[in-house]
Amino acid sequence: MRTVAFREALNEAIAEEMEKDDRIFLMGEEVGHYDGAYKVSKGLLKRFGERRVIDTPIAEGGFVGVGIGAAMVGLRPIIELMTWNFSFVAADQLINNAAKIRQMSGGQFTLPIVFRGPGGSAHMLAAQHSQSTEALWAHIPGLKVVMPANPKDAKGLLKSAIRDNNPIIFIEGEVLYADQGEIPDGEYSIPLGVAEVKRPGTDITLIAWSKMVKIALATADALAAEGIEAEVVDPRTIRPLDEELLVESVKKTKRCLIIEEGWPFNGVGAEIAYRMGRRCFDDLDAPVERLTGADMPMPYNHHLEQQCIPDVPRAVTAAKKLLYLE
Amino acid sequence: MSATEREAAELREKSRMPDKAQLAHYYHQMLAIRRMEEALAKAYALRKFGGFLHLYIGQEAVAVGALATLKPEDYVIATYREHAHAYAKGMTAKSIIAELFGKATGCSQGLGGSMHLFDASKNFLGGYGIVGGHIPLAAGTAFASKYRGDGRVTLCFFGDGSVPQGAFHEGVALAALWRLPVVFICENNLYSMGTPLYRSLSVSDVSQKALAYGMARDRFDGEDVVRVHDRVAEAVRRARNESLPTLIEIRTYRFRGHSMSDAGLYRTKEEVEESKKRDPITFGRELLVRAKMDEKDIVAIEDKVTAEIEEAVKFADESPELAYERLAEFTYKE
Ligand SMILES: Cc1ncc(C[n+]2csc(CCOP(=O)(O)OP(=O)(O)O)c2C)c(N)n1
Ligand SMILES: [Mg+2]
Repeated sequence: MRTVAFREALNEAIAEEMEKDDRIFLMGEEVGHYDGAYKVSKGLLKRFGERRVIDTPIAEGGFVGVGIGAAMVGLRPIIELMTWNFSFVAADQLINNAAKIRQMSGGQFTLPIVFRGPGGSAHMLAAQHSQSTEALWAHIPGLKVVMPANPKDAKGLLKSAIRDNNPIIFIEGEVLYADQGEIPDGEYSIPLGVAEVKRPGTDITLIAWSKMVKIALATADALAAEGIEAEVVDPRTIRPLDEELLVESVKKTKRCLIIEEGWPFNGVGAEIAYRMGRRCFDDLDAPVERLTGADMPMPYNHHLEQQCIPDVPRAVTAAKKLLYLE
Repeated sequence: MSATEREAAELREKSRMPDKAQLAHYYHQMLAIRRMEEALAKAYALRKFGGFLHLYIGQEAVAVGALATLKPEDYVIATYREHAHAYAKGMTAKSIIAELFGKATGCSQGLGGSMHLFDASKNFLGGYGIVGGHIPLAAGTAFASKYRGDGRVTLCFFGDGSVPQGAFHEGVALAALWRLPVVFICENNLYSMGTPLYRSLSVSDVSQKALAYGMARDRFDGEDVVRVHDRVAEAVRRARNESLPTLIEIRTYRFRGHSMSDAGLYRTKEEVEESKKRDPITFGRELLVRAKMDEKDIVAIEDKVTAEIEEAVKFADESPELAYERLAEFTYKE
């Protein structure tokens, strides 16, 4: 094991896969000469050259489409979006092309392509730069959605995403890049569609992904101080969703709180809550509950912003309500 | 534009040197914008606010010269680098600084911040964070002006980085097709974040994009506020009197980084220092000297600016924040 930052783990995954397969290239805004807006691609231009690490102008609809076209005829692009907020400019390419070409062509074309970049809120970036987009992408059949919470998952999942033969939406929590964590020394990967118990417990299941895993773990710590053992389960991929592990946990604890940064209406948590409700109906001691981002565009003001993002005190309160302690 | 056309335009420029009062107005505005942003940079370093802060320092003559051509009822729309355009459109340093401090007295009640200054009463239609995303909106406000026949003009500002975006081409194409009263002003500061122009555009002359759309165009350097005014004034006249759009490329330079987190490794210190020799504010002061304004009157302007900004910072500091309970009313109108 060694300790690396989240951004370094991603960098390693890209570099190791590029080393092995010439069909893989990295394309996006500032990925080359600038070493990446968030330094995920640091050193890659130097190592792989301009043929394989390609700086683009600000034209998301263009270069996302270029990636899809290249994937159709046999390349394996990694397309970096400087942030997922800018993916909306390329929404037509992602939704009407990437997600549909395989099916529309009767399976003749496959699209081995990864779209990746930071998502979620950071700090006072205001409404257009503080969005959680996973619910939007997960809505669309044909796309897979991956959201790692720590460096180990980031590297292992990105490797699987790059090797996958489908369009992958890979969302990196913008505030996770500097997080340090242990990763295995040698070659490893983590399959898509496999959840992980991040902390075992018996009294309540907290389901969270990406940066909300940190909130869930801190919530579990706070609950433990009061004698409540929470189990934290991280689906890691939103689509395909590892329903079985979530169900197993919820059947055991009989209570479920989903913590999600995104908006509540049609959120990922709404889908998970439905599945848990259906599969665990007879086992549940309380209705499945959700703690989500506030149902509004993100305000700029720091205090207002903080109140719009799930935090530990509110998660603790919500958990205790499910345990009828509050 | 041909060389003779350019010469003719430059001759016309020279013949219209504005009077002392107008020059003093320009100098005041440019200096106030500079001092306001310096105060903001300082407050940012002191962590009085966070997020992105994109400074306009070095480009002041563009916003000030261009907006001086407008009537109050005309519309202005801009990018996230828009503190100057907001101020030049008549918004106060108080309402701008308070917005960046996240206060309820800010122009957007502390909900928008640095990138999203809005003031409906001044017809300042906002700063936008998605590169190129606001350009079709400018075609839209111009469409509304033509629809209503209200004679208003829209000025739309954006960077060189917007030019490869689809939204730029779609907005400009519709404005040309429908002959809309709008002036598109590309502030070409030679970089989009760390990307120099030659790596983002196959043809570095942005104004040439107008040719394919059959649109009038202009292209010039932006350190001289008088020149900016005069050349933009022609385009504004064309929009107002003939309902025709223009694409203007103004060459300029930002002295500071893209945002506060920019280490600036993509350009040399020498290049930045060289560009500071064409500081629009130094030049604006020189114009006053040439127009024989007394030194003490120039200093009086400078003192006034200092007091204005100090007072605005104090106001912003002491202002309250919006209560969370009020937020719902901003998502939907009743
Ligand atoms: C659609 C979109 N893609 C990427 C970004 C990130 N970004 C913000 S500003 C910027 C550079 C823009 O440069 P330019 O248009 O030249 O304006 P300048 O900053 O020089 O004023 C980039 C890449 C964004 N805000 N929106
Ligand atoms: Mg620029």
